[in-house]
Amino acid sequence: MPKLYDLAHCRAGDKGDTSILSVIAYREEDYPLLVERLTREAVAKHLRGIVQGEIERYELPGLHALQFVCSHALGGGVTTSLALDSHGKSLSYALLALEL
Amino acid sequence: MKRSIRVGAGAGFQGDRLDPALVLAERGKLDVLALECLGERTVALAQLRRREDPSQGYDPLLERRMRRLVPLAKRYGFRIVTNMGAANPVAAADVVIALAREQGLRVKVAAVTGDDVLAQIRSDAPIMEGRGAIGDYGEPVSANAYLGVEALLPALQTGADVVITGRVADPSLFLAPIADWHDWSLDDFDRIARGTCVGHLLECAGQLTGGYFADPGRKDVPDLAWLGFPFADVDADGNATLGKVEGTGGRISVANAKEQLLYEVTEPYGYRTPDVIVDFSGVTLREAGPERVTVAGATGKGRPAQLKVSVGYLAGFVGEGEIGYAGPNALNRARLAGEIVRERLEGQFGEMRIDLIGSTSLNGRSFDANENPYEVRVRVAARASTSELAMLVGEEVEALYTNGPAGGGGARKYVTEQIGIVSTLIDRERVESRVSVREWNPHAETV
Repeated sequence: MPKLYDLAHCRAGDKGDTSILSVIAYREEDYPLLVERLTREAVAKHLRGIVQGEIERYELPGLHALQFVCSHALGGGVTTSLALDSHGKSLSYALLALEL
Repeated sequence: MKRSIRVGAGAGFQGDRLDPALVLAERGKLDVLALECLGERTVALAQLRRREDPSQGYDPLLERRMRRLVPLAKRYGFRIVTNMGAANPVAAADVVIALAREQGLRVKVAAVTGDDVLAQIRSDAPIMEGRGAIGDYGEPVSANAYLGVEALLPALQTGADVVITGRVADPSLFLAPIADWHDWSLDDFDRIARGTCVGHLLECAGQLTGGYFADPGRKDVPDLAWLGFPFADVDADGNATLGKVEGTGGRISVANAKEQLLYEVTEPYGYRTPDVIVDFSGVTLREAGPERVTVAGATGKGRPAQLKVSVGYLAGFVGEGEIGYAGPNALNRARLAGEIVRERLEGQFGEMRIDLIGSTSLNGRSFDANENPYEVRVRVAARASTSELAMLVGEEVEALYTNGPAGGGGARKYVTEQIGIVSTLIDRERVESRVSVREWNPHAETV
């Protein structure tokens, strides 16, 4: 089974308690596989215990990218979280560890 | 048709490097250098400084940056736009004028105010982050509306060399000089959307040229120690070419630009700024020669009727303590250390967190079932209403030296005061921006 890390790159951003994970296929031809396998459910299962709220997925075929908007994912939000990585910057690579 | 405008990014956050901005200023052939330095919490902290001293409240690095950049702006003929005014843009303008006096430069500065809406925010205003109201978080220390290009354009039209603002939407800092240059109507939503897209790509500076991107062997970026900051050449239709100064570190690439285009965007089909609602789904990014990427295709769908307001409040204190373990069974000794501290502190703190650095500290759990790290640090963090109570956390961790598991070393303890941020909305008609101009001319008899 391919790891997401082999097919895509990812950047993590934050807004309040929401983590935004941008997943981008290195090669155009791998994008359909991401659309098929990297579902909201697959991401929710992989990030269980981290993302406490809903996950929204946006498809951006022109960019070969999927945008995951994960609510209640940052321990209450950057400004008051007790976490070391209060922005959730490292969640991009937690997601890339997923096996498709 | 007027030629393209070249806008450079001179800082992507409050504490960003200065030397890449100097390289851009000297060799970038810029028309405008924009510096984004104001985080959500930064403005609340600045407001607290202003309360202590009414001449303060601007960015602490303002003087250091402007001392070097303003003379270059005068020499090479570019303008500076920045939100380093933080909680006190007028005082920041005075600082720039004082520097001009010292350096014998003729300088005109325009300060944009009006983002401070603390007096207008009611405690029953609903928060955007979920249920509840502003008043649930105690007395706010700051409330700043995100201003847009409407507030910046009158400042640019004074002909100022330097425009200093407080809270402004980050992309608007870049869009304003572009819209001014090309004389765009603010109701031309597709052009405004494309200018906003360019601003969004540039606002984190080094994150567009290879910062926050490199992964050795997978996504290699050359010469990160001397990362160059980006610029964009924006034509009259809002189509742009991204680039950086030749010979600087980093790389302009489509893959990196895609990451930055989507960065922090919660609604890719409807990204909201004070100026426009942007649809990024039609954006195209293409390689256009070495170190050049073109960007086109953003579309606009009107502008929001309300502005976002960031409200800062005092959120108590956080106490932290750390201690490390190495060698055989390090992970289990670290776990035992955490359990001891938890048992001793439980019930005294509303919220407590125990991390194993080297295993669970970043993501809350480990994704490696067979992990066996050589060394592990325990970190305990808890929230407290007073700094005295917060100190107890670090003291308990430090006491593990003589009372905890074998081989604990390198204990550290910290207490920090917390500023929390919640957001609400305000009708844009209720926010009134103003421009104050300061000028210094060494050759004039009077000022």
